[in-house]
Amino acid sequence: MSTWQFVAWLVNSSDFPSLLTVMESFHYHFFEGEMIVNLTVTLTRVLISFTIAMILGVVIGILMGISKRLNQLSDTLLIIVLNIPALVTILLCYIWFGLVESAAIMAVVINKVPTVVVMIREGARVVDEDLLNVAKVYKLSWSKTFFSVFLPQLYPYIMASARAGLSLIWKIVLVVELLGRSDGVGFALNTLFQFFDIAGILAYTFAFISIVLVIENIIFRPLDTLIARGIHHDRT
Amino acid sequence: MIELDIAIKNKCYANSPSVVLKEVEFNVEPGEFVAIIGPSGSGKTTLLNMLSGLEDSTAQTILCNGKPINGFKEVQLGYIFQQPRLMPWLTVQENIQLVLTNPEDIKIKQLLAQVGLAGKENYYPKQLSGGMQKRVAIARAFAVNPELILLDEPFNSLDAPTATKLRQLLVELCKIRKSTVILVTHDLSEAICLADRIIFMSDSPSSLIHQCNVDLPKPRVESGCDELAWQAKLIQQYPNILSGSLISISDCSTA
Repeated sequence: MSTWQFVAWLVNSSDFPSLLTVMESFHYHFFEGEMIVNLTVTLTRVLISFTIAMILGVVIGILMGISKRLNQLSDTLLIIVLNIPALVTILLCYIWFGLVESAAIMAVVINKVPTVVVMIREGARVVDEDLLNVAKVYKLSWSKTFFSVFLPQLYPYIMASARAGLSLIWKIVLVVELLGRSDGVGFALNTLFQFFDIAGILAYTFAFISIVLVIENIIFRPLDTLIARGIHHDRT
Repeated sequence: MIELDIAIKNKCYANSPSVVLKEVEFNVEPGEFVAIIGPSGSGKTTLLNMLSGLEDSTAQTILCNGKPINGFKEVQLGYIFQQPRLMPWLTVQENIQLVLTNPEDIKIKQLLAQVGLAGKENYYPKQLSGGMQKRVAIARAFAVNPELILLDEPFNSLDAPTATKLRQLLVELCKIRKSTVILVTHDLSEAICLADRIIFMSDSPSSLIHQCNVDLPKPRVESGCDELAWQAKLIQQYPNILSGSLISISDCSTA
């Protein structure tokens, strides 16, 4: 931080604002501007698209992982969708469905689902058959086998795709907002860009990073601990 | 109690044309403890997997109390695998609860005390030694009140004192529950120590080549004079058993 402050003082340009200027801008946008509204809107979009993408990705990933036939049928499609640029999907969704909320969410979901599918499919392929055989021998019900034996083996893969997914969704949502929405952080950043307000852009970035760190600490780390239970213990 | 009549012919591995069990035919009396001995790759585990429903047995004859079975859907089964196969994300208690339809904490605690794991209910498998994990696997198998117990070389990766203790534990539990037991092993002393009858299988594609009753009083100890004499005789006769030239069971009986 002190290096930043020092370099900003050295450069002395509005293109490289000091930390103090960025904090002042943050204070302004947070208390007097529309930062809270924009953050709330963007967070809601992220949450909705993240949830839909994860549910769809996990279900499709499991099905492709356990069914060779389905995997063979869908593998090419998956690779195609995986490699379509995010921008193309966003533009097509806006053109086909209009500049509406559902098109924005759909564009984000289409971009995210394939990456979740790939990760979960790999997890489902390496599920321990021996443990599933235990469930079979002891005649566990379908739901008990799935939720107590099969799914826990996928938790590390779900966590990895959730972490990677959240960072990707943040970025895509901003592009979606920048291109076709009239609110949200992406829209705000676009406006700030029009005025070359670098301090404002950095203030929003700071808010963004803070939220990501909060999510990491209150959601992902406790989930990590829960998932790792029984796996990283030393022998007593 | 469960009585079994088994007749398996030309059983192939899944997804392979090669025959693993050529001709295996034997019966198991209610409450009997049968040990099956054979070389590695002779299809002993395949046989147990067929009995447990893990391998397809539709083309074979496996009768349970005179009725054809389909993966023992109606019979309560306990299976102790070569590895404990405990769910690493579940505690000891949860691993046992998992296989029960109506889990009762008191019953689980009693069972854990029986296998010498009192107070370890909330431990995860990784926090336990190999022997302790095997104990949990034994407790899990007995938790379901099994009518038939299948054991697939359950003590082969353990040190001798631990294996001896667990064998004693197994004998005690079997005595209390009066279950029918099939043990697969390649350890002759283990078979003599535990079984009422020993069945010998040939190399793959395997057939049943010999069987003999172990006429020794229980409880037996591996280092007992009679047990060692039996073992010595069987080892001496083993080439004859494998070649099929041993005619009578009494050939390997002790005085």
